[in-house]
Parts: sequence; C-alpha cells; structure tokens
Amino acid sequence: MSVKVTIQAEMFDAGALVNQFTHDLPEAGAVTTFTGLVRSTPDKPIEALILEHHPTMAQKQIERFAQDAIERFNLLAIQVVHRFGEMKVGEPIVQVMAASHHRQAAFDGANYVMDWLKTDAPFWKKEVGPQGTDWVDARETDETAKEKWTK
Amino acid sequence: MIIRYFAWIRERLNRDTQELDLPNEVKTVEDLLHHLRETDEDFAAVVPPETTIRLALDDELVELDTAIGAAKEVSIFPPMTGG
Repeated sequence: MSVKVTIQAEMFDAGALVNQFTHDLPEAGAVTTFTGLVRSTPDKPIEALILEHHPTMAQKQIERFAQDAIERFNLLAIQVVHRFGEMKVGEPIVQVMAASHHRQAAFDGANYVMDWLKTDAPFWKKEVGPQGTDWVDARETDETAKEKWTK
Repeated sequence: MIIRYFAWIRERLNRDTQELDLPNEVKTVEDLLHHLRETDEDFAAVVPPETTIRLALDDELVELDTAIGAAKEVSIFPPMTGG
C-alpha cells in the first residue's frame, strides 16, 4: 500500500511515469492513469497557465486523499505528480496513477483523488492569454463531482 | 500569528505574508476576518464579507467558526482551482 506524492515545477513524461509506477507491482492486475493538460479553446485561447500553490498544505492534502483512496478502494498503490509554475498549452499539469488487483478499484481510486484534489488541494490557476492574465474561477461542477463520494 | 495570502487575494493586497498580534477577543477564524476588516482598509476593500474565500490553519482547511487556538499560521485564499 504505497502512496507517493510529488509537487514539482519540472515537466514530466506521462508515459515514463506510468511505466515506472507499474514496474514494482507484480500483484497489480489493473492500473489507471489520469493526466490533466493545459488546454486552449477557440472561445478562449490561452498561451500558458501559471499555477500558484501552498507547498506544505498541498503536499499534505494530496497525501491524505491518496491514503483515503488506498483504504476505501483497497488499492495497491497510488502516485500523484502535480506541477506548479508556468506551463504551456499541451503540457501536463497533473498525473494520478492507481494500481489494484482488478479494474474497478483502480478507476475509482484515480477518480476519487482527482475529485478531491480539484476542490481541496491548494493550487490556483492563472491563464496567460493574448489579452493578459486572468485567474480561473472555481467551477460548481467540481464541487458536485466530489459530493458523490460522501454518499 | 502569521497570515498568508494566495492567488488574486495576494495580488490585490500586494502582500503574501503578514505578522500580526491578535487581540484576546479574536477567538475564531471569523473573528480574525472581522478584525482584519476593521483594522486594515486594504483587506476590507479586497475581501469584503460577501467574498467566497477558504481558510486554513497550519495547513488544515477550516470553517469560519473554527477556533484559532494555538495555530501559528492562517492562510486566506479563494476557492481552489488545481488539477
């Protein structure tokens, strides 16, 4: 039952992370990976994101969600990497990987960690676009996504 | 007590941390917000009572009625938008 959380400014290789994660898990029959990317849409084109964070609290909060997920879904391992600082469109922001004996727990584990992370991990996104910079507003749908786990 | 500000609250206040001696009547996080609004014009302008904010005491998310107790640090920030 291992939890590993890394908060870093550096870019990461999404595929290499998964390969490394699964390498030492002979019992795992299932691994899910969620990778969140910086996106730009035609309605609101952006060039980059700047993520501000609260370092000590972010580390503790994500470790807590990951540990909760391990216990709740009986996972073998969870690893989370979350970046801060400036990142360009198309670059990865966050990656959550969950390993379990069977698929459902791995799907649920990664989903659970992401749902909590969106609303309760101290990161704030600022978009950098042609018209300047703009703090991203929190979304109501992120709050309701989290609520399904409290039922 | 150390107060830390984040995101647009930090930007508009133009400060990220502040040290403050709390008067005895400030018991809860909500008392602290009242105290800041009464004693700090900038804070009152940037974070009026209707603002949706979230708060942490020593790295733990708390509610408005949470007692400050022996906490050394309070963080004041807008709703989080990570992931």
